[in-house]
Amino acid sequence: MNEILEGLRQAAYLIFSLDRDLMEISLMSLRVTLTAVAAASLIGLPLGCWMAVRRFRYRRFVIATLNALMGLPPVVVGLIVYLMLSRSGPFGVFGLLFTPTSMIIAQVIILTPLVASIAHQAIRELWAEYHDLLISVNTSRNQRIATLLWDGRRALLTASLAGFGRGIGEVGAIMIVGGNIDHATRVLTTAIALETGKGNFSLALALGFILIGLAVLVNLIIHSLSKTEVSGRW
Amino acid sequence: MVEPPILPLIVKNASVRRGRKVLIGPVTLTLAPTGLTVIMGPNGAGKSTLLRLLHGMERVSGGSIHWQVSEPEARKRQSFVFQTPIMMRRKAIDNVAYPLLVHGVDRRLARQKAIDWLDRVGLSDSADKQAPVLSGGERQKLALARALIRDPDILFLDEPCANLDGRATRELEDLVLAAYENGTRIVMATHDIGQARRLARDVLFIYRGKVHEAALAPLFFSDPQTREARAFVRGDIVE
Amino acid sequence: MMSRIFFTACAVICLAVAATADQMKLAVTTSFHNSGLADVLIPEIKKDLDLEVQLLVVGTGQAIRLGAAGDVDAILVHSKNSEETFVAEGNATQRTEIMFNDFVLIGPSSDPVGISKAETVVGAVAKIAKNKALFVSRGDDSGTHKKELALWSLANIGASDRDIAWYKEVGAGMGAALNTASGLNAYIISDRASWLKFGNKGDLKLLYAGDTLLFNQYAYLPVNQAKHDHVNSEQAEVLGNWLVSDRAKNLINGYKLLGEQLFQFNGSQ
Repeated sequence: MNEILEGLRQAAYLIFSLDRDLMEISLMSLRVTLTAVAAASLIGLPLGCWMAVRRFRYRRFVIATLNALMGLPPVVVGLIVYLMLSRSGPFGVFGLLFTPTSMIIAQVIILTPLVASIAHQAIRELWAEYHDLLISVNTSRNQRIATLLWDGRRALLTASLAGFGRGIGEVGAIMIVGGNIDHATRVLTTAIALETGKGNFSLALALGFILIGLAVLVNLIIHSLSKTEVSGRW
Repeated sequence: MVEPPILPLIVKNASVRRGRKVLIGPVTLTLAPTGLTVIMGPNGAGKSTLLRLLHGMERVSGGSIHWQVSEPEARKRQSFVFQTPIMMRRKAIDNVAYPLLVHGVDRRLARQKAIDWLDRVGLSDSADKQAPVLSGGERQKLALARALIRDPDILFLDEPCANLDGRATRELEDLVLAAYENGTRIVMATHDIGQARRLARDVLFIYRGKVHEAALAPLFFSDPQTREARAFVRGDIVE
Repeated sequence: MMSRIFFTACAVICLAVAATADQMKLAVTTSFHNSGLADVLIPEIKKDLDLEVQLLVVGTGQAIRLGAAGDVDAILVHSKNSEETFVAEGNATQRTEIMFNDFVLIGPSSDPVGISKAETVVGAVAKIAKNKALFVSRGDDSGTHKKELALWSLANIGASDRDIAWYKEVGAGMGAALNTASGLNAYIISDRASWLKFGNKGDLKLLYAGDTLLFNQYAYLPVNQAKHDHVNSEQAEVLGNWLVSDRAKNLINGYKLLGEQLFQFNGSQ
């Protein structure tokens, strides 16, 4: 209990003193995860939507695979990306290992199935609702997708935010491909792992509270920008 | 520019099958360019299926459906009102304007027309409300406005008043009649004998997936030919 | 116009390359990092050599793997056998000894099996095994782990004798292993520096030290450029020379925690 209170106190101190290291790793956390979420959304949202409206032969198999990929341990993804980007690996020549770029790549791989799956589920429900109407009004396939994406935008935003939540707290993959290098690839989660490993529990907790606070802040900002929960709005 | 008419619609031996079961058919009928046809019958008789078949939402398993113009062209000049109104998660005005936007009408013009139609159905005050929060009657009137905004040649309605109270039903019936008087071909399904009496100019009586009788309304109600039709008109339960 | 763009692009790329020339990646073990010595040395290296050393803190096994793959420019570990194999396989041209300290035996303050009274470290670990006292092992093939295994071997305690009831292999870094030992109030072997810097000691105390077998040598191995031509061997060599310089000697010997010197410099030019 002591550690928790001490952690809260340290968190407050770090924030109010605008601790430079804290700013650095927090910004890196946001940079990595927000970029990854953007990329994952760009791929996953249209993919989920496309799967929802299209009939194709192996649909059930693809959906099952997508859902299974969501359960892929991030450490495994990290390991595979490491082997790909290693100097001894196929893409080593690009020198991406131990850079924020490699961390973003790993997170995109982890987050895209999640975003696509939630988007698919949401759009599928909406498609079931709109189906007869959109057919009757003689919309083209592209018009249908555009309409579903627009009317379903709140659910799609939820998909992206779910991706953000998963990414901001992820540590296994980015530890391996990023290397947790001080002032280069250290983020909040890897710093927490490091401090925990040193037995500095209060500091680790402090960083943890800050991480949670950051995640809540991002969610609040997004929600207020998109004006959800305003009465009468969908 | 006047476009070639899409009616009459000629249906020959059309049927809809799901697996081995025949949902409706074979049906042979002709829909003339003008008129208000009520498709009647007990629940489960196949009224909805027939309507959807005519509108092209069910694939015909046998026989043919023939419009006077090409199928894609014909699709553009029909409208459908569903039993449970499908409200898009948008404002009322955006729902009504949607079919116009789909067909490339300029935004501002579409908005104008939508306002006009909202006024006609008595929903001007609700223009900026989110459609899903409207009452049942309001939603169905909205659906009707949306269906009529492109001035279709033919309007299909699938038991539009099934879930509405008396007042909303009356309002909707008035609007349907107004559209009919304006020249729109109406084809409407209902199991409500009173509504059929009020609206029908001619009747198609459906029973167990087949058209049992087709007649002008006064004739049908005064002297139904088949046993099931007689029972139905009398108000008995027809199984 | 096109040629201007071309040369500007070249200049930008050269600048980018030049910027990375003053950077190098060094894989170090958790035992080394946890001592806090790195936090002293890195800034000094930047000052003296204008070289930014990027540290990857990983287990010994991973450090060696990274070096062999050419993903880092040099490694600093403390496992002589693994290092010699590393050189033999052509991954480095030499190993350079930098400094040493010792391993210590940690355990619950009450010392139930009395290792603090043992005459030798082999005797100490034998007592732990005989009494089946709770013991946490690194279990991760690290330098520390290898030392631990060597001690069991000298005490004639085989793998089958170390059963799960008392012997807990965590497969983790030094800090994580200490956390577990602290939580279980168990015995554990640690390097002195990590122990002193550790922030969650709980009821644990340093119970035994001093046997020559507990000698812990750290060595620096730059990755062989012949094997991986992209490695920054120029800077790796510069760093290697610095690490055996008098400057480094002073910094390393001068590094104290709670009044105790943590490392003894033994590099030679």
